Amino acid sequence: MIYLRLFWSFVQIGLFSFGGGLAVLPQIQYQAVEVRHWLTLKEFVDLVSLSEMTPGPIAINAATFVGMRQAGILGALASTFGCVLPSLVIVVILAVVYKKFKHLKGFQGALGGLRPAACALIISAGLTVLMVAVFGIDAVPRSLAGAGDFYRRLLEVRIFPLLVLAGATLLLQLKKVNPVLIIASAGVLGILQYALVRAGVFG
Amino acid sequence: MGFAPAVPAARDGGATSVNKKYVLLPKIFLQTMLLSAFTFGGGYVIVPLMQKRFVEKLHWIEHNEMLDFVAIAQSAPGPIAINTSVLVGHRLAGLPGSLSAVLGTVFPPLVILGVLAGVYASFSGNPWVAAAMFGMRAGVAAVILDVAVSLVKNIIKEKSIFSAAVLVLAFAAKFIFGVNILLILAASAAAGLVFSLTREKKKKGGGEA
Repeated sequence: MIYLRLFWSFVQIGLFSFGGGLAVLPQIQYQAVEVRHWLTLKEFVDLVSLSEMTPGPIAINAATFVGMRQAGILGALASTFGCVLPSLVIVVILAVVYKKFKHLKGFQGALGGLRPAACALIISAGLTVLMVAVFGIDAVPRSLAGAGDFYRRLLEVRIFPLLVLAGATLLLQLKKVNPVLIIASAGVLGILQYALVRAGVFG
Repeated sequence: MGFAPAVPAARDGGATSVNKKYVLLPKIFLQTMLLSAFTFGGGYVIVPLMQKRFVEKLHWIEHNEMLDFVAIAQSAPGPIAINTSVLVGHRLAGLPGSLSAVLGTVFPPLVILGVLAGVYASFSGNPWVAAAMFGMRAGVAAVILDVAVSLVKNIIKEKSIFSAAVLVLAFAAKFIFGVNILLILAASAAAGLVFSLTREKKKKGGGEA
């Protein structure tokens, strides 16, 4: 039953995303793209773009977007409820026992291992997004070992997104420009480029 | 003070009467909804905003307590905004408070993304929309790249060989070998646990480390 599948997938997304923010991206990619095929890789990247420009946590945005497309309003509610359920249960328990937990060496130790791993998974998801954006790849292989065709496609760099990426990264790193503004401007540049191509400026 | 706004003093613990609690629920919903509606993007952006609203403006939570809440929210899985909402709601009105706070936080994205999901299908075929999304993908790649660079910088600043090793190994496992991410997380948590325990033993055993 689709509602249960949505609910259960998003329970896992909520349960296994440590560190907040973009830490949820690898989980969404895993559940919604790789396991369930609810989104193509391109749709996944579009969802991330939309999430960064609209209010609310990415996980909730993803739950609503995927749930709505798969099974309408009830689907959106099922997946959103699934997404917040682990937080509700775990955080309420932690709130009660936190004072004891805080000084537990093992708990802190486990978190010490989870933090760099969550960071590595974000970088990995980021590279996937980058490949979709710059190389137009819609199916990154699950592993890069033995994906010869994939490497060949990496040679087909597209100039326009590469320029936007480089400019935006510089602005973010050096000028700390608001990400919402960056993504919106990149969208406008995309429209301008299309208009110029249509007008025959680029032949 | 019977008709005063039902905002509890930050330290009245469980003494809040049942009636006051239920008066508080719609307020909790409204405040978390407003906060969520005007916080763009995900992640930590919302933490300082919550601090400002709940501590400085509404005086619902004490400053130190809020810092504890943020620490708990980061230790638990799930979105930071949701976790912090659960804690603030719980502090103010117990479990019903948590539920109102989460409903408030979830409401704006639920409506907006619900509408966008419906619109996306019919508009993504339009060449102008496709062109905008094409540009936005490069923009969002830059945003994630920027976050990734900051994360790596933080790990380097820690000067911990353990953290660096976990970072490199976890990345290789996922990106090159396609290992299941749940397995990666479980292995990293176990490694962190073992690492902290052995270091603890060494310290106790004579401090050769």
